[in-house]
Amino acid sequence: MSATLTEPDAAPRTPSSRPPGIPGTTSAGRRRKRQPITPWLLLAPSIVLLGVMVVYPSIVMVINSFTNLEIKNKMLGTPADFVGFDNYIEVFTKSDFPAVLARSLGLMVVLTALIIVGGMLIALLMTKLAKGWRLLVSIGLLLAWAMPPLSATVVWGWIFDTQYGLVNWFLNTLTGTNDFNSHSWLIDPWSFMMVLTIIIVWQGIPFAAFTFYAGLSQVPDEVLEASQLDGANARQRFRLIVMPYLRNVVTAVLVLETIWNLRIFTQVYALQQQGGIASETNVLGTYLFRQGLGEFGVTAAIGVFMVILLMGISYFNVRNTLKEEEL
Amino acid sequence: MSTQITPAVQRAEEPARTDLGIVGTRALRGARRPGGKRLSRAGYAAIAIVVFVCSVFPVYWMVNMSFTPPNKIISRNPSLLPLEFTWKNYVTAWTREAAPGQTDFPHALASSLGVAITVVIVCALFAFLASIAIARFAFRGRIVFIVSVLVVQMVPGEAMMFTIYNMVDDWRLMNTLVGLFIVHLASVVPFTIWTLRGFVKGVPADLEEAAQIDGCTKPQAFWRVTFPLLAPGLVSTGIFAFIQSWNEFLMALLFLKGYNLTLPPWLNSFQSATEATNWGAVMAGSTLIALPVVIFFLFVQGRMTGGLVSGAVKG
Repeated sequence: MSATLTEPDAAPRTPSSRPPGIPGTTSAGRRRKRQPITPWLLLAPSIVLLGVMVVYPSIVMVINSFTNLEIKNKMLGTPADFVGFDNYIEVFTKSDFPAVLARSLGLMVVLTALIIVGGMLIALLMTKLAKGWRLLVSIGLLLAWAMPPLSATVVWGWIFDTQYGLVNWFLNTLTGTNDFNSHSWLIDPWSFMMVLTIIIVWQGIPFAAFTFYAGLSQVPDEVLEASQLDGANARQRFRLIVMPYLRNVVTAVLVLETIWNLRIFTQVYALQQQGGIASETNVLGTYLFRQGLGEFGVTAAIGVFMVILLMGISYFNVRNTLKEEEL
Repeated sequence: MSTQITPAVQRAEEPARTDLGIVGTRALRGARRPGGKRLSRAGYAAIAIVVFVCSVFPVYWMVNMSFTPPNKIISRNPSLLPLEFTWKNYVTAWTREAAPGQTDFPHALASSLGVAITVVIVCALFAFLASIAIARFAFRGRIVFIVSVLVVQMVPGEAMMFTIYNMVDDWRLMNTLVGLFIVHLASVVPFTIWTLRGFVKGVPADLEEAAQIDGCTKPQAFWRVTFPLLAPGLVSTGIFAFIQSWNEFLMALLFLKGYNLTLPPWLNSFQSATEATNWGAVMAGSTLIALPVVIFFLFVQGRMTGGLVSGAVKG
């Protein structure tokens, strides 16, 4: 398909120089020689940019991860020594990186599950609503989605504030006591994670809900009606009719959410600034960031591991996209 | 599934416009009633209100707090409405330094705008050229390039933060907006190429050929026929790039110091410095940062759902 699509597009680009006999192999060979210059010129800026800013640092990082490069090497201009897998061994055995990794993965699973389930429920709700109500829900979701993550975290942090937070006030009023005066939500790692989960799920659900809703509206009504006449109840209809239609959409969102939830930084960092204990609440991004400038070899090893982990998950995304697209 | 973003856009927007095929829903609703104990319409409406309130409340609370006088904010009995309306918090947020020796809001705003707008312009240009190359030309290496763009898009930039820091430092661009600009540019270009390619593919090449037959030169045909049709794509990818750059926190935090801060690190410093004293001003600053993003977001939301599903991973 790609050939038939692009060949006629490409040929008129050079009408004057088009060789008389297109189908011949010799002319195709000649054309191949002449044509490539224009597209490569068009691609050049992007290739240079991505080569310098993505490919080159990736290679440098892999090399650095096998050396004991430190900031003093940079200051003094001395070369670093090759240390083999020492950095990797140190990261995985002598640091709290394994704990951070476990925390990140656990958080990722919880966040992704909540966002997918919540998004699906809201999408189903939207199909049941009359137009006006659906608009109302859409506006609400859009606002939550559009909030910059940093602003959102600051606000939620204030809602859960120790002294004057709304949550403590509400719980006090509800229980009729003063038990929640000065109750800190961020100091305990578990309740920190709960607040973090609320923030991220609150911001993450709209994307999932809108996407699922778009997918749900693709399910033909006739099929649903037919299955209903055949006696399928609501749950069966969802599982046997709707889900097969939605499978691709759900997979796409699932992969994206998995990646995004592993890469969270802003919310965790900003919430830590508001009173969390960083060493007990770090995820991959903030852990790496808080290593700081210094032991570049070790941080490179952590970086290499993160890239491999995330690229491994992204593999499914790339494959799905390529499968869907005719290139 | 032949084109990338246009069908997705339609998919996202159509149901909203056509009210989800009234016939179908009515049939479902009618048939469902006798079927059993379904939630009534009032029940769904009630859930809708709950969802709406949960989504909107934090945004509302931010705006509410930003208009509440400082002495009312730190009270044991918060009021749900800004009964004593004041602009004072905005004045504080606008004029006070984030922290001693650090920038104030107007400078951070100028930095953020400068970086984001340059990113949008340069990114649109780079991606536009590249997307034409891959959507309109047949050449060897085309598929390799497309796959590379997809793969590069997946590389998590934050994992390489210190390597990139060293690189930018070697270029003597540390603590400059140019350094941050390059990093932001590299992070939005792959997504933009991928999305614009869908738009270029969506414009049939026949249109251009027709214009050429009618006497246009090739550049004229492109400029007068294809380009106007691509404008919506350029606008929405541009807005997306703007939001990305505007919200980016990690690299800005790592790269910038003192008077060069962009808005996200400004808010971070401002909040840390004034936490105990002035939450109203923090909320005012937060509102000011959110405002342009929310406005832009409303413009492109339909496209974002479709476009993001189809290929994007940068969040």
